[in-house]
Amino acid sequence: MGSMILLILLVVLVGWLIGAYNGLVSLKNQTLNAFKQIDVQLKRRHDLIPNLVNAVKGAMDFERSTLEAVIQARNQAVKVNAAGPDAIKQISQAENTLSSALQRLMVVVEQYPQLKATGNISQLQEELTSTENRIAFARQLYNDTATQYNTKQQQFPTNLVAGIAKAQPADLWEIEDQAERAVPQVDLSTKPKA
Amino acid sequence: MTDETSLNLFQQQEANRRRTFWLVVGFVVFFAWLGFGGDYLYYLYTLQAPRQAYHHTFPWFGIALSLVALALAWYAYQTGPEKVLWSTGAEEVTDPEDPKEKQLVNVVEEMAIAAGVPRPRIWIVDDPDPNAFATGTDPLHSHIAVTRGLLDLCSRDELQGVIAHELGHVKNLDVRLMTTLAALVGAVALMHDGATRVIRPGGGGGSGDERKPSPLLLVLAVVWLISWLLAPIVAQLLALGVSRKREYLADAMSAQFTRNPLALASALQKIEGADAPTTHIKRGAAHLCIADPLGRRLTDHEGVFADALATHPPMAKRIAILRGMGYAQLKKEGGALS
Repeated sequence: MGSMILLILLVVLVGWLIGAYNGLVSLKNQTLNAFKQIDVQLKRRHDLIPNLVNAVKGAMDFERSTLEAVIQARNQAVKVNAAGPDAIKQISQAENTLSSALQRLMVVVEQYPQLKATGNISQLQEELTSTENRIAFARQLYNDTATQYNTKQQQFPTNLVAGIAKAQPADLWEIEDQAERAVPQVDLSTKPKA
Repeated sequence: MTDETSLNLFQQQEANRRRTFWLVVGFVVFFAWLGFGGDYLYYLYTLQAPRQAYHHTFPWFGIALSLVALALAWYAYQTGPEKVLWSTGAEEVTDPEDPKEKQLVNVVEEMAIAAGVPRPRIWIVDDPDPNAFATGTDPLHSHIAVTRGLLDLCSRDELQGVIAHELGHVKNLDVRLMTTLAALVGAVALMHDGATRVIRPGGGGGSGDERKPSPLLLVLAVVWLISWLLAPIVAQLLALGVSRKREYLADAMSAQFTRNPLALASALQKIEGADAPTTHIKRGAAHLCIADPLGRRLTDHEGVFADALATHPPMAKRIAILRGMGYAQLKKEGGALS
């Protein structure tokens, strides 16, 4: 009878171990996947910027510096190598610079109605808004997943398995300032207010 | 995402898988019972027959009906999303031309990223009343449809809130249960109509003459009677399945994906303001929509009666809850700033 109880306890323990281990591995892969998704969206933004710059260049000779800042920040961001221990910090720094440069450009574009009137620009504006949103949402998903993963690793009793599962705390994607956070809130809708 | 919401999501997914399973089992069992019951009746009827006459000893009806029900259930599960979309006359957006469609595609892609699910296929229903619904079997095979009226009425942020709400239904597998339910109800309705059509021409007389009715008619009469009995049971199942809680949960998931509950609140208010019923969306797909397309008064009430019979919770309460979330968030951010 005693050995029976022991056996049951052992089975329960092993079952829990497997469950906790697999849970951690699955969360780890979800976190990695969410990070890849940010990468995909950042690439999309890098590819979009040359089009945007070309579209506004002619009409914006007098706003040269704003445009230059965007181009420079974009080239800087493309160059950042996404490897190494503090890859996230480096990427996020470069991308944040690019974000604020783009934001300034969009504010400037808003001030030139004749520029906005051409269909091409409003299309690009929609694309840009969407790209910024995609990046923001990809980051949000990554941060949510990484937080879940980190919490799981630290919580008792899962933390006992964390070592076996080779779980490392994942870096969160920091958002620099409040103004940056507001990027996806920009309302560029061209609809009449109903 | 807190642990509580992820737990909620997991529970909801499990519950939806389980309920879909039992829905299908119940459907097949019901038809099996119909068939074997008919066999038994026919067996009793032929028991007294002369030795050379036919004796019904093998349950052909039961086996046949069970197989038919299985095939129907499988067919309904496989083609449910198509049938639902077809019934609303939705058209897929494959190559977005005008800016509105382009924006819709962009918004759906953004929200799919936020929800961490593959991009669903996108459909537009050509109806001026604002509404939206999701269908599919799982996040890999899902569809989101919005009406033209919604595109015209909502701002980008509001559209985001609505799409996120629908993706909430997709992610927690509400769509699987809802779509299977719609398809099975459709199948039952079809059989019901068929049975009625068969019975009507034969059952004209019915006065108490001595002649015994033919066994086939008797069985059909039973099927017909039970089909009629079935209708309220199906309605009850429908009402139970679409417990109004899932709309609140999808609203909460929308707020989690967009971090902007106030946008969904204002979208809901606009949808509520446009009071006309969504004529393209019929009764069968009503429970899939973000707002009751039939414009039923019952939706506005709380209580046991409304809980059992209405498919949607009162709009005012949903808006109030979302506003509460929004203001709490603003307060938190304001506190962080100062």
